[in-house]
Amino acid sequence: MRVPTVIADADVVARRNLIKIKRVPDLLVFTTLQPIMFVLLFAYVFGGAIGGSLAGQNSLAYREFLMAGIFAQTVVFGATITGYALAEDVRKGIIDRFRSLPMAPSAVLTGRTFSDVMNNVLVLIVMSLTGLLVGWRIRSSIGEAVLGYLVLLIFAYAISWIMAWVGMLVPSPEVVNNAAFIIIFPLTFIANTFVPLETLPGPLQTFADWNPVSSVTQAARELFGNVPPGTPEPTSWALQNPALYTFIWAGVILLIFVPLANAQYRRAASR
Amino acid sequence: MWDLGPTVADVETNAAKGPAVVARGLVKRYGKVTALAGVDLDVPKGTVLGLLGPNGAGKTTTVRILSTLLKPDEGTASVAGVDVARHPREVRRRIGLSGQYAAVDEYLTGYENLVMIGRLYHLGRARAKARARELLAQFRLEDAADRPSRTYSGGMRRRLDLAGALVADPPVLFLDEPTTGLDPRGRTEMWEVIQGLVAGGTTLLLTTQYLEEADRLANTIVVIDHGRVIAQGTADELKAQVGGDRLEVTVRDAARVGEAASLLAPIGVGEPTVDEHRRAVLLPVSGGSAVLTDALRRLDAAGVVIDDVGLRRPTLDDVFLALTGRPAEEHEDASDDGAASGPAARTPQKETVR
Repeated sequence: MRVPTVIADADVVARRNLIKIKRVPDLLVFTTLQPIMFVLLFAYVFGGAIGGSLAGQNSLAYREFLMAGIFAQTVVFGATITGYALAEDVRKGIIDRFRSLPMAPSAVLTGRTFSDVMNNVLVLIVMSLTGLLVGWRIRSSIGEAVLGYLVLLIFAYAISWIMAWVGMLVPSPEVVNNAAFIIIFPLTFIANTFVPLETLPGPLQTFADWNPVSSVTQAARELFGNVPPGTPEPTSWALQNPALYTFIWAGVILLIFVPLANAQYRRAASR
Repeated sequence: MWDLGPTVADVETNAAKGPAVVARGLVKRYGKVTALAGVDLDVPKGTVLGLLGPNGAGKTTTVRILSTLLKPDEGTASVAGVDVARHPREVRRRIGLSGQYAAVDEYLTGYENLVMIGRLYHLGRARAKARARELLAQFRLEDAADRPSRTYSGGMRRRLDLAGALVADPPVLFLDEPTTGLDPRGRTEMWEVIQGLVAGGTTLLLTTQYLEEADRLANTIVVIDHGRVIAQGTADELKAQVGGDRLEVTVRDAARVGEAASLLAPIGVGEPTVDEHRRAVLLPVSGGSAVLTDALRRLDAAGVVIDDVGLRRPTLDDVFLALTGRPAEEHEDASDDGAASGPAARTPQKETVR
C-alpha cells in the first residue's frame, strides 16, 4: 500500500473520531475532570503534608512539583481511550465495515491513535490552565516547554498502541478499562509523580527509578523548570537522562506493538 | 483440495459471464466446533441467493469468508471473479457488506457516515459527497441526513448501513440478516429497498432466518444447517420436496389433539404431525377440497370440536421442518404472540451467540 493512501485513509478515520469529541463534549469534560480534581486534591489536601518533604519545603513549591506528575498520569490514562474506543468499534461492527473496505488496513489504528493524541493535546491545554490557576508556572524557555509537552505526548502515543492491541484482543470495552486501571494506576503512583522518590522504601524506589512514568514526569518537570531548588540529583541513569530514557521506551513499545496491534486488527472479528 | 486455482487473469475473464460468487468446499472450525463443514455455493450474476438457516447454522461465517473478513480453513471462494484468499483487497473493491448490526457511527450524521465510507473506497472527496447525497435520497433519509445517526430509528439505521454498502456501487452485495430485529414496518420497508436494488441488476447474497424473507427476495434458496447445505432450489422447488397441500386443523380441546390426528391419518398421503402448543394437526394431503369435507365429517362423527380448519400450500417453514426435523427457530418471532412459551422455549439452539 502506498504511503499517501495510508495517510489519506488514516486522516478520514481520525476525523471521524474527532467529530465525536465535538458532538459529545461531556467526554472531554469527564476526561479532564478527574485530573483537575487530582490537581486540587493534591495541591490543597495532601500538599501541606507532602510539601514538607520537598527541598523547597512549602505547598506552593509542591504545586509546581505536582503538575508534571499529573500531566504524565493524565496522558497515560488518556491513552487508554484508544483501547476502549477500538473495542467498542469491534463490538458495534464498525471494524468489520472498515475491514470490508478497500482501504489501507493500518489506517484504522493509525487514525485512532492519532486522534487520541489530539484528545490528549486538548486535555493538556485544559489542565495547564487549571495549573496556572493554582499557581503553577513554566519557569523555562518556550522551546523547553514545547519539548516538555512533546515528551508527554510521545510517551502517551506509544501507550496508545499498547492499548490498541489490547482493544483488538479483549471481548469488551469494559475489560479494557478494568485492565488499564489495574496496570496503569500503580504504574503512575509508584513513581515520582506525586511524591519525591527519596520518600519511597527501597524496592519501590528502585522500581520507581526505572519506571518510564517517572522518567516522563522527570523530563517534563525539568523542561518546565519545576524542579524545586536544592533537590538532590537523581541516582538512576534513567532519571539522569529522562527524555532520552523515555524516548527509548516509546521507541521499543512502538516497534513491538504497532505490528502486533495491526496483526490483531486483521484477525479481529465482531463479537 | 482445489489447489489448481485459476490465475487472476483467468478468473477476471471468467467473471464476465460466470457466476458472481462461487464457493467450493468451505470449511471453518473454531477449536472443536465446526462452523462450516464443506459449503458449496454458486450465485449467478444479477440473481439473489437466499442463505437460509437458524442461528449458528453457519450463515454469518459464510458471508464473512466471502467478504474477506475471515479465512477459511479449507476450500476456495471467488467473488466477482476474484479469489478471496489471494486478492482480498481486489475483492473489497467489488463488494458491499451490510452486517447484522447496523455498523454506522452513531455520532456521525447519516451524511458524514456515507462520505467517510466513500472516501475509504477512494472515490475522491467530491464524488464521495455527491454519492452520499444520492444515496440519502434513494433511501429516504434526506430529512435525517444531518442528524447524528444515534437519533435514527432501527429501520433508518439499517437503511443507512445498507446505503453504506452501496457507496461504491459494487457489483456484488452481501447482506447478513438485513431485517433481523426490525419491526414489521421496518422489515417491509427494507424489503422494498432491496427489491429495488435487485431490479437494478445487483448480485445479492442474503442471509436470513426468516423463511418469508427468503421466499420474497431470493431467486434461489440454499438451506444451511450445522455448517452444511441441506437443500437448495427455488422456493417452489423446495416446497415441492415437502409435498403438496397440507391440511391444518386446530382442535378446541387440547386433550383431543392426538385423537384428531389418528382420525385424520387415513386421509393423508403422509404421517400427521401434532403441534401441541397450537392444538393443531398438520397433515400432507392431496385431492383438494374433497379432503376438507372428508376431514370435517370424520371429526364431526367423533365429536371433536374444531376452532379452525384449512388447506394450505406448504410454506418454507414446512420445508425447514421436513429437512431438519425441527421448526425454523425464528418462527415465533414472526408471529404476534412470540412470547416465552413459543418454540424458542423448546429449541436449545435458540441461544444467541453474541
